[in-house]
Amino acid sequence: MVKFSIKNLNAWFNSTQVLDSINLEIITHEILGIIGPSNSGKTTFLRMCNRLNELESFFRMTGEVELDGENSNQIDSQLLRKRVGMVFALPLPLPLSIFDNVAYGARIHGETNRKKLADIVELALTEAYLWEEVKDRLNSSAFKLSGGQQQRLCIARTLAVKPEVILFDEPCSGLDPISTAKVEDAMLKLKKNYTLVLVTNNVKQAARVADRTAFFLSGKLIELDKTEKIFTAPSHQKTDDYIRGKFG
Amino acid sequence: MRKYKEFVIEKLILLCGLASIFFVLLIFLFLLKEGISLFSTITLKRFLFGKNWYPISDPAELEILPLILGSFWVTLGAAIISIPIGVGCAIYIAEVAHPKLKEILKTGIELLAAIPSVVLGFIGMVTLVPWVKEVFNLPTGLTALSGSVMLAFMAMPTIVSIAEDALYSIPKTYKEGSLALGATHWQTIYRVLLPAASSGIVAAVMLGVGRVIGETMAVMMITGNAALLPHSILQPVRTLTATIAAEMGEAVVGSEHYFALFAIGIVLFIISFVINVTADTFLHKKK
Repeated sequence: MVKFSIKNLNAWFNSTQVLDSINLEIITHEILGIIGPSNSGKTTFLRMCNRLNELESFFRMTGEVELDGENSNQIDSQLLRKRVGMVFALPLPLPLSIFDNVAYGARIHGETNRKKLADIVELALTEAYLWEEVKDRLNSSAFKLSGGQQQRLCIARTLAVKPEVILFDEPCSGLDPISTAKVEDAMLKLKKNYTLVLVTNNVKQAARVADRTAFFLSGKLIELDKTEKIFTAPSHQKTDDYIRGKFG
Repeated sequence: MRKYKEFVIEKLILLCGLASIFFVLLIFLFLLKEGISLFSTITLKRFLFGKNWYPISDPAELEILPLILGSFWVTLGAAIISIPIGVGCAIYIAEVAHPKLKEILKTGIELLAAIPSVVLGFIGMVTLVPWVKEVFNLPTGLTALSGSVMLAFMAMPTIVSIAEDALYSIPKTYKEGSLALGATHWQTIYRVLLPAASSGIVAAVMLGVGRVIGETMAVMMITGNAALLPHSILQPVRTLTATIAAEMGEAVVGSEHYFALFAIGIVLFIISFVINVTADTFLHKKK
């Protein structure tokens, strides 16, 4: 089943074109990896999916991003972002307690019942593999957690609003290998219930977790295929060069 | 030779640093010395809480409760007006306004800060005072309320620019993190940005209020200058600052009256000091 369908998408910041005629589909319950050198438009593409780009005043786009067959520009942006969650490159807990960080999303969407909030928080933290580590100190500041824990907290916060899709923007770029492994574990388990899109600078990470991998270069989609295919026999020379580390 | 130069420059800078402390200390000591002399003839309690300020009657009655209350009412009124408007304006400039409009508004705020207080007092006198008199049907428009409104204009630039700085310096990532969860713009401002900037906003408010308490010229012109115990904000009042400014010229050097004015100076100094320290504590709490 197709979750996101992107048709002939172009995007500009000022007069610089950052995405150039992108066509691709994101399939339900897959992990789509997106790799490519910096400035290749990966993050901009990701931020198209929850319309975060439109916060920039000099952003312009043409083409269509469809979520379940519906043009995302027609969907109310708050509702869209509730359905399409995002985990950022740097773990960025809000300046609140651990509990309030996770409960934040549920609260802004109108949940006030304390019991229900507590359940939502526990479930989300469990799903993000953080519950055991923080269950005794839910009221301490989120800044006291380690970087890896903070990133899993951000995943939990995203899960707490019950999204359908989760966008990961280089979620492990600031983490050590052990924390990275935990985040990757969490992603593989989340696949069952969510659709994941993973932008990463770490080619090997895409190889480890992604079902399909897309290679972006200078705002263009060069190749999209099953991850094994991309990493063993890519059909495009540039893809081959990039994953072998010849440039990028 | 280079070492010698370094040494001289270092000592010169040290001297500059010491000079500022030295002069402040001198001023404070002088204030203290002159002010304390008063308390050989009147108790501190009576000075602060007595109700009569008749400095030229015989014997002089030098009790400053009416002046303290005058300052209090004017400041309270100005705070009630300027804090919501100032903080609201800061939120608008930092978060909502289009970049171009933002520049215009910031320039406007700076211009407001640049208006000399005597000019504000003068404008208040010819526009606001008659209006207050008419609207509230009072014998005179020279009231604490008029002073509050004009002083609110003076506190606003301070509040707006410092609060705006505080909001602006919040990492952009907080905002994106909140919006990405489906929060509306206002939910983000209210639940994330304001709490994150709260220490800066409190500091902004304190500094604005500090400016109001210390202000002299405008209040002297439009609050009526009656050193009576005020019962409402619609009565003429006289503030601590205005008393010093108005009476210092006619007080005989070395008289009780003269010392009393210095004692008022000490009271003002302590109030300003407490406010500044509070503001500072909040500003540094952030880090």
